[in-house]
Amino acid sequence: MIAETGLAALWLAAALAALQLVAAWAGIARAETDLVRLVRPVAVTQGLLTGFAFLMLMLLFLRSDMSVALVAQNSHSMKPWLYKFAGTWGNHEGSMLLWVMVMGLAGMGIALFERSLARDTHIATLGAQALISLGFYAFLLFASNPFARLDPAAADGQGLNPLLQDPGLAFHPPTLYLGYVGLSVAFSFAVGALVTRQVDAAFARAMRPWVLGAWVMLTLGITAGSYWAYYELGWGGWWFWDPVENASLMPWLAATALLHSVSVLATRDGLRAWTVMLAVVAFSMSMVGTFLVRSGILTSVHAFAVDPRRGSFILILLALYIGGALALFALRVGAVREGNRFEAVSREAMLVINNLLLSVLLGLVLIGTLYPLLTEALGTKVSVGPPYFNSVAGPIALGLMVVLAIGPVTRWRRDTLRSVARRVAVPALVAVAVLATVLAWAGGWIGILPLLGLVAAALVGVASLAPLWGRNLRRTPLFTYGMVLAHLGCAVSLAGMASESAFSVEKLVAARPGDVIRTAGWTVRFTSVQPVAGPNWTAMEGRFDVSQGTGKVQEIRPQARFFAEPPTNTTESALLTRWNGQLYVVLGDSLDDGRWQLRIWWKPFVTLIWAGGGLIGLGGVLSIIGRWGRGWRRLRRRGQAESYA
Amino acid sequence: MTRRLSFPVMLASMLAPILAPVLALSPVSAVAQTALPPAPYADTQLEDPALEAKARDFMLTIRCVTCQSQSIADSNASMASDLRSEIRTRIKAGEEPEAIRRWLIERYGNWISYTPTADPVLWPLWAAPVVLLLVGGTLVGTRLKRRKRP
Repeated sequence: MIAETGLAALWLAAALAALQLVAAWAGIARAETDLVRLVRPVAVTQGLLTGFAFLMLMLLFLRSDMSVALVAQNSHSMKPWLYKFAGTWGNHEGSMLLWVMVMGLAGMGIALFERSLARDTHIATLGAQALISLGFYAFLLFASNPFARLDPAAADGQGLNPLLQDPGLAFHPPTLYLGYVGLSVAFSFAVGALVTRQVDAAFARAMRPWVLGAWVMLTLGITAGSYWAYYELGWGGWWFWDPVENASLMPWLAATALLHSVSVLATRDGLRAWTVMLAVVAFSMSMVGTFLVRSGILTSVHAFAVDPRRGSFILILLALYIGGALALFALRVGAVREGNRFEAVSREAMLVINNLLLSVLLGLVLIGTLYPLLTEALGTKVSVGPPYFNSVAGPIALGLMVVLAIGPVTRWRRDTLRSVARRVAVPALVAVAVLATVLAWAGGWIGILPLLGLVAAALVGVASLAPLWGRNLRRTPLFTYGMVLAHLGCAVSLAGMASESAFSVEKLVAARPGDVIRTAGWTVRFTSVQPVAGPNWTAMEGRFDVSQGTGKVQEIRPQARFFAEPPTNTTESALLTRWNGQLYVVLGDSLDDGRWQLRIWWKPFVTLIWAGGGLIGLGGVLSIIGRWGRGWRRLRRRGQAESYA
Repeated sequence: MTRRLSFPVMLASMLAPILAPVLALSPVSAVAQTALPPAPYADTQLEDPALEAKARDFMLTIRCVTCQSQSIADSNASMASDLRSEIRTRIKAGEEPEAIRRWLIERYGNWISYTPTADPVLWPLWAAPVVLLLVGGTLVGTRLKRRKRP
């Protein structure tokens, strides 16, 4: 009954989405005030129903109900409960239900919490949200029903892809989906504002917290995914320019650009059409990402749940929504008055350059990701991989860092080159000092990108704090702290990336228990190999006593695991984190002569990569709290909160 | 020798995202799993750190064709270890990375090189950054100037 209840809830939610769309349309086009009153309660109910349907699916996974096809294909009764729980979204249908639920809950959020948007735009936004949801309900109900029964029921399930059996599964996909789908809110806002022709500063202020929220989730989701890949794949890499990684990076780049252009619109009432356009692009990138992941048309390490037919369905949705939004944009862009003008040396101009560089970066990632498809259609199979992306995206990212150092200390409206130069003088001096230090002490050429990366990290690290100089720190608004923290996070992350690629030390060695390996100041004593067993796996576990210099000895235990359901080998690398880096040890194959293949890396300051990502996310959270708090106070003063109930 | 795109080809390329799933269904045939002992340099570094660094940098740009989007430097597959050994041996013998790349492309096709080659079909890829920056920069530039006037 659980499965049927869940399915019924989904159908009901889909029907409510249709009602929501009709009511919103009637309200906007026909001024039907009675129907309009339905929109918000319907949106809330729809959100609750999708949440309920998702809970039902989760319950089916937790109970290991093998009469449900999805559970039988992707779960196993012997699995630890965490992976039964997280396995709910570790497959195609479940992850699409997660998508639809987040979309429903986002609609509910707009209905309940959005108070500063003009009433008509609010209704139009909810109508747009209902329209997008309808497509995804159709996709779920007709092409990927998660509640389909299996008759007769399976004796037991086929198990979850062992690579996914990791705590990362509980955090990474939901966070990323919150971000992807959060961008649908920005999209709906943009469509709503185009419908009512109210693209102005008030609209931007209303949209900003939602954009920030989606962006924070994307940031954290990508950061978590990167760390997961880093320790799970067992080769020490943290970013592979894999198509699916790119698919998450593209919405992030668009959202980052949107975040900055929205602040120009909110503060200076400029960049109106561009901001609306970016909101459309950002969600398009989310859908392109979903399409790439779900269709499996590109070879990817994420190819664990693909089905070409479904790819076509998403492609059609993509074409309808994006085409529709762009058509609406083309029709209405004339009606959007040009925003405020601005000077060449001003905060606005810096933010425009930021948007330009982010858009170019986005374009390059998109082209590089899709190019193999294009040439394959022309008969040549090519790969576009890390060497291309690093060499084209690296320099642009460095340019972005320079703008990031200058932008926040430039004044709105108008500034002079001289005063800007004076304000970035100290960070620039620090950067030069770092350049000299690295050149003198690195002991050899470390490569141009890592070198410039370290210099840019120093520049931004100091410059990001500049907006706080000479201010009363207690009276500085929370969102300024948010900005400072996020920018500092960029510097921290960049420093980690540059340090990892410049100073990592790799040691590959075949060793037998008793051997001692010395590398990069570490002493690694291979003590023994033991068989161990987990709930649904067996493993060979290496025991190592490691110490840095004359420091204290610690034991680490990397494993080579074997999963029976489905039969797969995975490596569980052992990481030892120190303040200045990580020791990364992998137990490889055993050789005939009793030796084991070992891979050992010392990666100086590698953890900064993810610490920086965390700081960026935290900065975003502070900004949301700051902005929302200010918005509420402003509304309460005006007494609008009651009049709009 | 430049080839002009005929309309059907352009149409096909636009439809590629729809057609590709159908076309791409034929899986990449797995290179036979060898029962031979692991190749000598598969997971053993070269003695000379400079040569090892050269080999390592090069291996990161070679795709493991039996894997899902991984370089041969990042993969456990037997195809990857065989190639790692082959590449280290050749680098040790003094061969230049780009010569090895040519040999690999001859054997496996362009698909194996993560670094886009000089094949004319890839020229647009290298032009993209310049074109995007120029177009974007011009757009922003004109807008700034125009906006400067009252």
